[in-house]
Amino acid sequence: MRDVAVVGFAQRQMSEFDGSPTCVELLVPLFAECYEQTGWNRHDIGFWCSGSSDYLAGRSFSFVSAVDAIGVIPPVNESHVEMDAAWALYEAWLKIQTGEVDTALVYGFGKSSAGVLRRTLALQLDPYNMTPLWPDTVSLAGLQARAGIDAALWDERAMAEVVNRSLTDAEKNEYAVRRGGSSVDELLARPMYADPLRKHDCAPVTDGAAAIVLAADDRARSVADRPAWITSIAHSVDPISMGSRDLTRSPSAAAAARSADFDGLEVAELHAPFSHQELVLRSELGLPDDVRLNPSGGPLAGNPMFTGGLIRIGEAARRVWDGSASKVLGHATSGPALQQNLVCVMEGQS
Amino acid sequence: MSKQPAAVVGIGQTHHRAKREDVSMAGLCREAMDRALEDAGLTLDDIDAIVVGKAPDLFEGVMMPELFLAESLGAAGKPLLRVHTAGSVGGSTAIVAASLVQAGVHRRVLTVAFEKQSESNAMWALSVPVPFNMPVHAGAGGYFAPHVRSYIRRSGAPTHVGAIVAAKDRQNALLNPYAHLKNPDTTVESVLASQMLWDPIRYDETCPSSDGACALVIADEDTARGATAPAWIHGTVMRSEATSAAERDQVNPQAGRDAAAYLWKQAGITNPLEEIDAAEIYVPFSWFEPMWLENLGFTAEGEGWRLTESGGTALDGVLPVNCSGGVLSSNPIGASGMLRFAEAALQVRGLAGEHQVDGARRALGHAYGGGSQFFAMWVVGAEPPTS
Repeated sequence: MRDVAVVGFAQRQMSEFDGSPTCVELLVPLFAECYEQTGWNRHDIGFWCSGSSDYLAGRSFSFVSAVDAIGVIPPVNESHVEMDAAWALYEAWLKIQTGEVDTALVYGFGKSSAGVLRRTLALQLDPYNMTPLWPDTVSLAGLQARAGIDAALWDERAMAEVVNRSLTDAEKNEYAVRRGGSSVDELLARPMYADPLRKHDCAPVTDGAAAIVLAADDRARSVADRPAWITSIAHSVDPISMGSRDLTRSPSAAAAARSADFDGLEVAELHAPFSHQELVLRSELGLPDDVRLNPSGGPLAGNPMFTGGLIRIGEAARRVWDGSASKVLGHATSGPALQQNLVCVMEGQS
Repeated sequence: MSKQPAAVVGIGQTHHRAKREDVSMAGLCREAMDRALEDAGLTLDDIDAIVVGKAPDLFEGVMMPELFLAESLGAAGKPLLRVHTAGSVGGSTAIVAASLVQAGVHRRVLTVAFEKQSESNAMWALSVPVPFNMPVHAGAGGYFAPHVRSYIRRSGAPTHVGAIVAAKDRQNALLNPYAHLKNPDTTVESVLASQMLWDPIRYDETCPSSDGACALVIADEDTARGATAPAWIHGTVMRSEATSAAERDQVNPQAGRDAAAYLWKQAGITNPLEEIDAAEIYVPFSWFEPMWLENLGFTAEGEGWRLTESGGTALDGVLPVNCSGGVLSSNPIGASGMLRFAEAALQVRGLAGEHQVDGARRALGHAYGGGSQFFAMWVVGAEPPTS
């Protein structure tokens, strides 16, 4: 395997896009930030890969106009996954591993505010049996949270502790859509939203985009003092079926983690859009108690669709760059109730 | 570091029809997957990862259908990737699947591309108005007709060349048991007599709208050496350019030219017309055969129609093109690119049945999408690559 590192990261997260309804304008300044961080321009990028969803945009081929943000005359080596851009990063990592290219720019974008997100995501379900019932994302997560409480795996207080820590940490994140911790008791006193979930247990509906630059070997060393080297990256998927799955578990998260080495892990950015899902992931990934979780505030502070996972990788990489950690984990999830999971471990030296 | 060798060791496709009411989306995919696995002599237990491709989700009305399909595609407990690069997606999906093996990450990858267009309405799905974009709403034929007109004007091609392509591909489809359209009496004259839809594109010069799927098993060198007639991957490429820009040449897009040049270089090919034995080229409207012959470098610019008119692209010609009947005879959009890649592999494996090109050793699979802006191609060979 080649040594590949994260060497650039830019993001925008907001509750609604300000002004322009297209993603192209949002991506252009993000690419500019990546160029500034690396000293490169678009001609230095060997491969481009994006993650997004047609259904979020309410149209076909939503990624087509996004490539205009790159400036694709002359043409570029480019691909797209209909997934969170963390999986676009995986495809880009593969492309670098084949030796065909040495650098890649990965980006994701999504404008959740364009529709009713929890209803749109119901269209991900089995169309013959589930979708006609329109069970929305928040309700499904509520069932999952209730299953864990009933099984005495966690309680509302443990969920509120996750929220309080996240929103306290988010006070230092300029991109956070929701921030401001209070106290666990104060959180527990707030009204129910989808019992047993309170609003703060659910990631806020977020618009946004993000971009990450990957580079191999000396290309990475030449642009970063302390590149975040990817030492393992893996992903897996579970069946979607809500009826036959144990919703308190996420076997695909455990499967993804099996090939990863978490020994000495200091920080983990977990893509848990609901507070109890952080508890599920911590257990399934087998993270030790001393691992610092979501110092950025995590998805409960902002969760742009199809970018939320990529942002976790970028936030984790930043801890390596600034020297505050030597070994970090970026995690991404997709599908209802933690159906699909990706882990990306990064280290300060290689 | 260079790519690990990889080869296609299993190929499967469905019978393509306007409506496959006998199968669900999962059943459609499994029909192709099961054939590919049987061909490879493997089961799902032998597969390390699954890569799914299809065109817009609005074609079936399900958001990210690979999520609900995960279990029925055999992906549960495995890595699952979903690729979407417009009409080129079938080709891009095969390339991503190949890269999993070429990167040395997995040994055996199953990839499946599908479209069950009858679940929804493709014309509607392609016509959702987009803020600040031109509301063309003319369908793909309406979008591409001006490009064809421009090609005819620039090249001086006689106006019956498109009909030659349509008659050839529809006749070739009669030799392909999986093809959607089986019109035994199609001739150049009958094509020219068919209704004009988007001048100069006539009804019989357009592709059908199909339900269908295609699957490939792509394996590492060790597995391939133990397989029956593997199709070795000699080169892959993807290139993209903008939808609209004043300097774009939509008749002969730079992304296609750049991709072809890169592909031939990888495969060690200096004269594609001589060195490629069979080509499966994405031709949804007949005139795209001569246009892409030029774009791919098989002929000089302005000369593609001469090769077609001479019969050079027929099954017994100097460069047999779309011996399977091509996109003109079966078009499950998300799978169409992978079908081109698969048919190229069938040719070099010597397993193309009645539409086999005698002695085919190296073949091209080609796909394009969007407004002629996304390109995906590969070259496969009967022998392992030498470099």
